[in-house]
Amino acid sequence: MTDASLVPQAVLDLLALLSPSPPGWGGNLLRGLLHSLQIAFGSFAMGLMIGTLGAYAKLYGGPIARDLAAIYTTVVRAVPELVLILLLYYAGTDLINRVLESAGYARVDINGLVAGIVVLGFVQGAYATEVLRGAIKAIPQGEIEAARAYGMGPMLMMRRITLPAMLPYALPGLANLWLISTKDTALLAVVGFSELTLETRQAAGATKAYFLFFMAAGALYLLVTLFSNAIIGRIEKWARRGLPSAKGAR
Amino acid sequence: MTMSTASPLTHPSASQGEALHVSNLHKRFGALEVLKGVSLTAKDGDVVALIGGSGSGKSTFLRCVNFLENPTSGVIRINGEEVEMVSDGAGGQVPANRRQIERIRSRLGMVFQNFNLWQHMTLMQNVVEVPIHVLGMKRDEAVAIGEQLLERVGLSAKRDVYPAFLSGGQQQRAAIARALAIQPRVMLFDEPTSALDPELVGEVLKVIADLAAEGRTMLLVTHEMKFAREVASHVIYLHNGIVEEEGPPDELFGSPKSERLKQFIRTVS
Repeated sequence: MTDASLVPQAVLDLLALLSPSPPGWGGNLLRGLLHSLQIAFGSFAMGLMIGTLGAYAKLYGGPIARDLAAIYTTVVRAVPELVLILLLYYAGTDLINRVLESAGYARVDINGLVAGIVVLGFVQGAYATEVLRGAIKAIPQGEIEAARAYGMGPMLMMRRITLPAMLPYALPGLANLWLISTKDTALLAVVGFSELTLETRQAAGATKAYFLFFMAAGALYLLVTLFSNAIIGRIEKWARRGLPSAKGAR
Repeated sequence: MTMSTASPLTHPSASQGEALHVSNLHKRFGALEVLKGVSLTAKDGDVVALIGGSGSGKSTFLRCVNFLENPTSGVIRINGEEVEMVSDGAGGQVPANRRQIERIRSRLGMVFQNFNLWQHMTLMQNVVEVPIHVLGMKRDEAVAIGEQLLERVGLSAKRDVYPAFLSGGQQQRAAIARALAIQPRVMLFDEPTSALDPELVGEVLKVIADLAAEGRTMLLVTHEMKFAREVASHVIYLHNGIVEEEGPPDELFGSPKSERLKQFIRTVS
């Protein structure tokens, strides 16, 4: 008995649709996944930068910086992400082109990848601001005071003391944000960016094998999460190197 | 004590100059005036102990010396350099020049009540952090000095251990090594044994006593009266933000003049 006769031919034909090269659609799915990961990584990194600025503005900024940060986090977290994405994507690209035209330049096509990163990064930044603000506040004040007492300037203190010391408190929240950012990329399907979800929908629509392709996409998202968890676990272990385990303190 | 080797283990300056001068220091928190004109001069090699009851302002005074608190008024001169202050527009004053404060702070070795070691760094990393990143010392050199200092406070074997895994006494000894690593002009001790279990106090006091014996300039806020009497060259008794009485330890503890000091000595001993 050969393998082929164990499995009905219909199932084999269906699975062939996942083949990475045409006529299979697997290649499209993987390309979509790559785009999704690029956007997730870029927007998460941008969110971290905005979040660090936002947290410092809220904690140590003057009245104006504090108010701006408060408005930013409130508005971004109040509006549904889908609405923000539509708003920022269409209004944002429109605005840029209007500015360019009024300055006498030609219109440009905004790169979908860059637009996606900026839009999602802007949203991520608001949540990261709050995660990082909480983590910085969790650092024992004495450690910050010691850094001041030994003559560290603000930038040195941030780099050497504040950021590494807050990391163990920030990581659970940041891990959430990373996983959310991998899945929020799917929202960019609405603006026609060919990330994993849009590629899946196209493959499913063309072949009518909806169940197969959406299961495959689900499996890919799950793989990303499992892989992320493994990495995050290692980073967290490293970041907590100076802290006794929570178990031991019980 | 006039050793003049360049070793960090010995007193860095041999001249009998003025290390620290504070005159007429006031500190106000809102309506509460914590320090009401405190003055102090420490020459090289002096060990000045500040004693006084809770709320007397002794810790606040120490924190004003390295500007962890901004004094409301008064003059502070460290290493012969007067700290420039400007009005903060709200009745107080703030340092005029952040870099001057940072430079001065990097010459004052502060030891805190709660150690305040950086938890994400091993003991060695804690000790070499300021020499490398603030003072610009080469890593090899800083590590070599760090090894001698950890050896000196009896923690060589713990150099790669993180502070949270050590006893309070060990952490405080490491914190003293961290302070020594910057080759401080003045060591500032803010109740260094108050957070320790009684059986750990001795090991820390011994390290401090050795430093005093070696001629280090120190400003020591403490509750340990017996210790202050043994190591200090000058004792200042603060009460309600003013210097109630001061003098050599034997005089101050042996024949206190003010009624308050007599009473204070009775309650704490």
